Amino acid sequence: MKNILILGAGTAGTIMANQLRKKMNLEQWKITIVDKEGDHYYQPGFLFMPFGIYSESDVVKPKRRFVGAGVDYLEADVDRIEAEQNQVFLKNGECLPYDVLIVATGTAPVPEETEGMTGADWGKNVHEFYTFEGAKALAKTLDGWQGGRLVMHICEMPIKCPVAPLEFVFLADSWLRKRGLREQTELIYVTPLSGAFTKPVASKILSGLLEEKQIEVVNDFNIGSVDNEEHKIVSWDEREVAYDLLVTVPTNMGDSMVERSGLGDELNFIPTDKHTLQSKAHENIFVIGDATDAPTSKAGSVAHFEAEVLIENIMAFTKGEPLPEKFDGHANCFIESGNGKGFLLDFNYDLEPVPGKFPLPGIGPMSLLTETRLNHMGKMAFRWVYWNMLLPGHPIPMVGHRMTLTGKNIPEGVKIPESLDA
Amino acid sequence: MPDKTINGVSISVDDDGFMTDHSQWNKELAAALAEEEGISLSDGHWKVIDYILADYAEKGTVPGMRRINKVGGIPTKELYALFPGGPIKKAAKVSGLPKPTSCV
Ligand SMILES: Cc1cc2nc3c(=O)[nH]c(=O)nc-3n(C[C@H](O)[C@H](O)[C@H](O)COP(=O)(O)OP(=O)(O)OC[C@H]3O[C@@H](n4cnc5c(N)ncnc54)[C@H](O)[C@@H]3O)c2cc1C
Repeated sequence: MKNILILGAGTAGTIMANQLRKKMNLEQWKITIVDKEGDHYYQPGFLFMPFGIYSESDVVKPKRRFVGAGVDYLEADVDRIEAEQNQVFLKNGECLPYDVLIVATGTAPVPEETEGMTGADWGKNVHEFYTFEGAKALAKTLDGWQGGRLVMHICEMPIKCPVAPLEFVFLADSWLRKRGLREQTELIYVTPLSGAFTKPVASKILSGLLEEKQIEVVNDFNIGSVDNEEHKIVSWDEREVAYDLLVTVPTNMGDSMVERSGLGDELNFIPTDKHTLQSKAHENIFVIGDATDAPTSKAGSVAHFEAEVLIENIMAFTKGEPLPEKFDGHANCFIESGNGKGFLLDFNYDLEPVPGKFPLPGIGPMSLLTETRLNHMGKMAFRWVYWNMLLPGHPIPMVGHRMTLTGKNIPEGVKIPESLDA
Repeated sequence: MPDKTINGVSISVDDDGFMTDHSQWNKELAAALAEEEGISLSDGHWKVIDYILADYAEKGTVPGMRRINKVGGIPTKELYALFPGGPIKKAAKVSGLPKPTSCV
């Protein structure tokens, strides 16, 4: 009997386990998945908790429930991978051998990476919404908000769901208006990037929206420290932004297990072939989701598309055949823009988000890079899709891992990459 | 691609002044490019440039601040002192590398 071992039962690990159990010969292969936490969180829901749109029960369910029969589920903390010996050590001292290893341990916020971040203001007027506990605490603080300087801030890139901080200020704007507190609130968006988003066409449109909503933007701000006494953040080039409430996205890093295993880069992300998802250092280690260093968004949609590619590659690898599938970096993200509307982005390694219709040309029903009510409804419907289709590993109709040009209107000045010609 | 004459030689650059053909780059050119940014190159600057070039050759991307600090061993404070304003962009420009793409 051979072993396939999956580390992490989040979005990517769970999808992989459920696809593998359907495709692998379970008489020859034993599939094991390990996770340190019993609860599975619907992380996109963390964005809505601070505004009371989702409650705790909307976003959390037991992990085990989503891992189907035929897969051994182990609740344990992984200490390290010993890649040369093809084995994984758990914190409890247990050793798990593997023939094929899938690393899906994701990324998590590490506020300690910024000087002063976890000081006296932490949890009081410095918050984050990238964890369940953080989103809950922020909801409580916002509930007592009477106005002042509300600063949304990103420490450094890359972060998972790079549009979430923008969505936060858009939602905050409409939430404040409803509560009659917008006049008393200065909304400020502080980013290490030179624009609102990482890609030019989308960045321009989103910048326009920030301006329209009178949200002040501070660009190219690389945080050096948090001054807890004067309640301000200070950049390396000594610029300052004062806050009454700071909502920050701390540095995102891969799990420290990756560092202990000697497999990561400076942020504990694992160097991975961006097309095959094979680790660059070991051919029987594959990496999926936020744990990779692949240059696309760290997002659940990406984890889902990657899983379609990885399943084929792993099937081939176990048969000793060349890896057939190529991941193109496809990402598909809804952006909440407030007042019951939203945007949709569709892009990959080679083509930035552009306007158009999705998934059917001319029909949609979703509109790319355009603010519509239907996009918002799509985002809200996604929670159901996540729990009932995505995690169990069911295919999502009409949305495949390979991005297409169909339905897209390429603006002047945007080059169509050769990989997409046709 | 616009061309630009610097030090009496013509080089290809993009709209933001980043070189588009690294084979045209050399140390004298680096000094001239730095001067345009108001920087006169010292050993400290060369340590940064050498690291960025070596890392670019290996990875194909301009390293970020954390990487230059953690892997390259150059403290962020020092980096800002050497290349005031936007250190990564300035260092990349002087090194004759493309404009750093912001991470996704
Ligand atoms: C606020 C917010 C909003 C978001 N919005 C969207 C959105 O709108 N659309 C979208 O597509 N994506 C969104 N995302 C991103 C999405 O949730 C993640 O990209 C996705 O969950 C990545 O899946 P993953 O499996 O790689 O990591 P995760 O789902 O985070 O899973 C990693 C798992 O590994 C486990 N683990 C880690 N280390 C160890 C260890 N040492 N031992 C054992 N177990 C370990 C963890 O417990 C965890 O269960 C959002 C994220 C956040 C935080």
